[in-house]
Amino acid sequence: MSTGFAIALIGAALATALAGCGSAWGVGVAGQAAAGVVSEDPAQFAKVLILQLLPGTQGIYGLLVTFITLSKVGLLGGAPAVSMDTATGLAILAACLPIAIVGLVSGLHQGKTSAASIGIVAKRPDQFGKAMLFPAMVETYAILALLISILSVSNVPV
Amino acid sequence: MAIVQMQKLSIAASKKNRKAILELLQSMGVMEIHTDSLTDPDLRKMDTQTARMKYDRRADSFDRVLALLDTYAPEKKSMLDSFKGPEEVGRSRLDQVIKERRSLNQDAATILKYEKQISDLKGVIQKNENQIEWLIPWQELDVPMTSEGTKETALLLGSLPGELAAPDVYAAAAEGLPEPACVTADVISTGNEATLVSVLTLKKDREKVEENLRRHGFARPQQIVRGVPREVIEDLKKENEHEQKHIEALEKKIAEFAPKREDYKVAGDYYRSRSAKYSLLGTIPQSENAFFLEGYVPADQAGAVKTLLGEKFGAVVETEEIAEDEQVPTLLKNNRFSASVEGVLESYGLPTRGHVDPTFVMSIFYVFFFGMMLSDAGYGILMFLACGFLLKKYPNMGSGMKKMMQMFFWCGISTAFWGFMFGGVFGDLADVIAKTWFGYPADGPAIIPALWFVPLNNPMRLLLWCMLFGVIHLFAGLLIKGYEYLKDGDVVGFVSDVLSWLMFLMGLILILLPTDLFEGIAQMEFNFPPFVGTLAKILTFAGLALILVMAERSTKNWVLRILLGAYDVYGVTSWLSDVLSYSRLLALGLATGVIASVVNMMAGMVAQGKGIIGVILFIVICLAGHTLNFAINVLGAYVHTNRLQFVEFFGKFYEAGGEPFQPFTTANKYVEIKEERN
Repeated sequence: MSTGFAIALIGAALATALAGCGSAWGVGVAGQAAAGVVSEDPAQFAKVLILQLLPGTQGIYGLLVTFITLSKVGLLGGAPAVSMDTATGLAILAACLPIAIVGLVSGLHQGKTSAASIGIVAKRPDQFGKAMLFPAMVETYAILALLISILSVSNVPV
Repeated sequence: MAIVQMQKLSIAASKKNRKAILELLQSMGVMEIHTDSLTDPDLRKMDTQTARMKYDRRADSFDRVLALLDTYAPEKKSMLDSFKGPEEVGRSRLDQVIKERRSLNQDAATILKYEKQISDLKGVIQKNENQIEWLIPWQELDVPMTSEGTKETALLLGSLPGELAAPDVYAAAAEGLPEPACVTADVISTGNEATLVSVLTLKKDREKVEENLRRHGFARPQQIVRGVPREVIEDLKKENEHEQKHIEALEKKIAEFAPKREDYKVAGDYYRSRSAKYSLLGTIPQSENAFFLEGYVPADQAGAVKTLLGEKFGAVVETEEIAEDEQVPTLLKNNRFSASVEGVLESYGLPTRGHVDPTFVMSIFYVFFFGMMLSDAGYGILMFLACGFLLKKYPNMGSGMKKMMQMFFWCGISTAFWGFMFGGVFGDLADVIAKTWFGYPADGPAIIPALWFVPLNNPMRLLLWCMLFGVIHLFAGLLIKGYEYLKDGDVVGFVSDVLSWLMFLMGLILILLPTDLFEGIAQMEFNFPPFVGTLAKILTFAGLALILVMAERSTKNWVLRILLGAYDVYGVTSWLSDVLSYSRLLALGLATGVIASVVNMMAGMVAQGKGIIGVILFIVICLAGHTLNFAINVLGAYVHTNRLQFVEFFGKFYEAGGEPFQPFTTANKYVEIKEERN
C-alpha cells in the first residue's frame, strides 16, 4: 500500500472527525440552553429542538465529503487505488481540509448562536422565524467549505 | 398578492343598543377597534373591571375543571389529535349552554370543591407520612412515649449524639452514682450520627442521671406521640389508607362529570368571550345617551357593517379618512397556493400599508427552492401524501397549522419533481435492491434514471444552475422594488436605484460569460456576436455612472455625493456573496442524495447473502436511516429556504413592520361557534 493512499484516507477521516467534533460541540452547547428553556416552558420543546439541531449539519457535510472521498479512492466497491502516488494523496487531503476545519469552527460557533437564539424563543416565542436566521448565517460558511471540498475531491484526477 | 384595503369606520349609536351592537361586531369578527383617538373630555368610560374579572374567573374555573377531567377521566387521544383544532359547535348548542349556565357553574364549583378536598387530604397524608418517618427509629420502644416511669422508677427518653452501644450509655448515665447503680440503659436505634436511648432509673436518682446524660448531649425527643410508637405507626398507616380511599372516591365523583365535558368547553369559551366584550366596553367613550367607536374594517366588509348597524340599530356609521402616516393593520389576501407561505412571511414581519405583499412571488421561489434542497422523489411523495391526508382528515385544524401543512404539501410535490429530475427515489434504493437480490450488475445503469442529470456526477453544472436561479430570484426582488417606485410615480428613483443596478449587473454578467476564466470554471463556452460585447460594456458603464451620480441624490454636496455613490458601487460585492449563497441549493441537495445512498449501501452490505434475515435487517436499517435523513434534511431545507427568502430576497426590497389585523372577535379556546342559518 502506498503512502499516497494512506494520506488520502487521513483526509477522508479528518473530514468526518473534525466536522463531527464541531457539530457535537455545537449541538451540545445549544442542547444545554434548550433543556433550560424546556424546564420552564415545555410547550417550546419543538421550537428549541429545531434550533438545537441546526449546528448538527456540519457533521453531515463532513460525512458527505468522506463518502465522496472514499468512493473516489475506490474503498466503497470497485478496486481501491492502493498504489496512489503521494502527490495525489496530498491533493485529496487538501481537498478534504476546508470542510474539516470550517466544519469544526463553524459548528462550535453555530452552537453558541443557536443557544442565544434559544434565549430569544424563551422570551418571545413568536419571534421564532428570526431566531432561526442567526444560526443559519453561520452555517453559510460551512456550506461554502463543503462546496469547495466536493468540487476539489471530485475533480482530483486519480 | 395583495394587502387587503382597510377602511376606517367611526360608529356612533344609542347606548341602549350598546350590548347588541358589540355582540354583533364580535360575532362578525371583521373590525379591529381603536378608541385611543376619541378623547373628548365630555365623554366618559365605563368601569367594567369587576364584571370582566368575574367572567375571567368563571372562564378560568372551567379551564381548571377541564384540566381536572383530563387527569381523572382522560379521553382516548391518538397522536394525530393535536391536528384536530377546535370543535365546531352549533349556535343552538351555545344557546342551550347559556340557558344552563347556572347549573354548569354549580358543577364547576362542586368539582373544584372536590379538588380542594382532595388536596387537603393529600396534605393530611403527607403529614402522616412525615410523622411515620420520624417515628420509625422509635418503633422498638414498647411503652408509650408519654410514659414517665412507674411509682418508683423514672423513664428518660431521648437521643445522644454519636452511635453508641448500651454499655456506653449506661456508663454515661451512671457516672457518679454508687455501684451498682440502679440504671438500665437501652438503645432503641442508632443511625444518622445519633442514638435513641431509653434510660430507666429510680425516681430519686432521676435528676442526677438526667444531668449526667445532658452533659453528654442528651436531648428529649422533639415531639411526643401518645401511645406506643409501633401502634401509632399502624394507626397512621390505617388512616392514610382510609384517606387514600376517600381521595379515590372523590376522584371518581369528579370523573362522573366527564360526559358534560363538551358543555364546560362551550361555557368556558362563552365566558372568555364575554370577558373580551367587557374589556372592550371599558375602553369605549360614552356620553349620556350615546357611545362611540372607531376602527378598521376590510374595505369589502365595510358596506355590510354600515348597512347592518344602520338598519338594525339606527347607528351612524361614517367612513373616515386614513391619515398618510397612520399605522393601519395588515391583512393579507392571496390565492390558495400562495396563502400557504403567509406564515413564513409573518414570521419575518408583515408588510405595511402602501407596500407590495411579496407573498405570491415568494411562494413560487419558496416551493421551487425547497424541492431542490430536499430533492428526493421518495421523500417528496411521502411528504405530500402525509400532509394531504392530514389536511383531508382534520379540516378544522388551526389556521396557522393548516397553512404550514399546505406549504409542506406543495413543497412535497416540488421535492418529488426535483427527485425525479436528479434520479433520487430514497437515494438509489431500487439499484441497491436489484444488485443485492436480483443479480443486477454492479456497474449497470441506474434503474430510475435522472430526467435531467445526476448532481454528484457533475456538481459544477448544477452549481451554475443554482447561481442562475439565484440571480433570477434576486432580480425578482429588485424588480418588486422597481414596481413600488413606479407605483408611487417615482421614476427618478426607479431609474437610479433599480434600473441602474439591473444595467450594471446584466452588463457585468455579459462581460463575464465569454471570458476564459468562466470557461475554465464552467467548461462552457459562450460565443456572443461582437455587438453583445459592446452592449455589455455600454450597459455596465451606463449603470455604473447612474449609480455613481444618482444613488445618493439626496446629498447636495457633489463631491460627497460621488464619493458615497462610489461606496454604493462597492455594494456589488454583496451581490456576489448573495449569488454565491445559492450554492446551498446544491450542497443540501447533494447531502440528501449522498446520505440516502450511504444508508442504502450499509443496508445492502449487511443484508448480502443472509437470506430472509438479511431482508429484515435491510428493512430495519433503511427505515431508521431514511427517517433520520428525511428529518434532518427537511429541517435543513426549511431553514435554508427561509434564509434565502429572508436575507437574499427580502434584502433587495422588503421592509417589514406591519401590525397584524386583530379584529374584535369571540375569544374561543376550545370550540368554534358555527352560525346555523335557517
